[in-house]
Amino acid sequence: MIDPLRLDLVPLAILGGIGTYAARALPLLAPGVDRLPAPVLTYLRLIGPAALGAIAAADIFVADGAFRVGPEAVAVITGAAVGWWRSNLLVGMAVSVLVVLLLRATIAP
Amino acid sequence: MSDAVKSDLHTARRRLAIDSIGIWVLAIVIGTIFGFTAREGGLSLVETAAFSAVLFAGAAQFAAVGLLAVAAPWSSIVLLVWLLNARHFLYAASIAPYAAALPRRVRAGLAFLLTDEAFALTSAHVARLGRIDLLGAWYAGLSIFVPWNLATLAGWLAGAALPEPGTIGLDVMFPASMAGLAVGLVRDRAALIALITGGAAAVAAAILINPSAAAMIGGLVGPLVGIALTQRGRSESERAAR
Repeated sequence: MIDPLRLDLVPLAILGGIGTYAARALPLLAPGVDRLPAPVLTYLRLIGPAALGAIAAADIFVADGAFRVGPEAVAVITGAAVGWWRSNLLVGMAVSVLVVLLLRATIAP
Repeated sequence: MSDAVKSDLHTARRRLAIDSIGIWVLAIVIGTIFGFTAREGGLSLVETAAFSAVLFAGAAQFAAVGLLAVAAPWSSIVLLVWLLNARHFLYAASIAPYAAALPRRVRAGLAFLLTDEAFALTSAHVARLGRIDLLGAWYAGLSIFVPWNLATLAGWLAGAALPEPGTIGLDVMFPASMAGLAVGLVRDRAALIALITGGAAAVAAAILINPSAAAMIGGLVGPLVGIALTQRGRSESERAAR
């Protein structure tokens, strides 16, 4: 039986949080970020689509260390396309869930 | 504030609110799984809550619990958590030019909430407005933090009663939200190229190096290629015009 009030691992969470917060805070608190050269600002603007696309792609195209196109990839790409077309993230996510359910129930369980 | 500006802000906030609904669902589903996983891994309710409230980084929390389950030393757990979350440096750097005029204390607070999902919502909101909206930025961060933490507690207390997410298709919600928000950020050719090459680089990195490096490498490589290819195209069209 686990004691729900045990605190032994709280310091570990705090240690992990310190480095995590540093990564999140340093660029936001550094002075002069608004005076960066234009090419650097362009680079920073492009990090959003690149990093989020990277997270999604690595999640849906890699399984067990190998490239794979499965129902998840089809569902996510379909959902992203529908979400972009309808300008609605929620609709896109719902389509992704429906498509993956449909594919798993039919051609790719 | 002129009527047109007010209307733009209202429209952008409405869109942010709609987009955040999917993120709430995502935070609730994955937060619940985390709470349940942490309990299965032997963490107490308070320890589990501390991971979600203090560390507040989904993938890193799962990794930490996984390493605790195999009795890994704290030093390696902390190092892995920091490496996994190094990508947040890119997120903060991306938003920093827009947030520079905000008070330091506000920036310090917003930084704490800057997860993958909060960055995705905030950067899409900034792209729509062309500037940061403080209320929108707090909303984006808290719309992950609050459901994530409540769901963590619920998952620890009652997770065993919940169905496996894959059986009801909820396992695709995270990549679907990231892909949907990434596509929403595409405003020009450079952004499209950055998205595609960032994704390709991440897949290659996940296979050849390590899955935990994928987002960082994709986020670094994509913008470089986006800028290089669009500048090359611009130079060629300028030469042709002459």
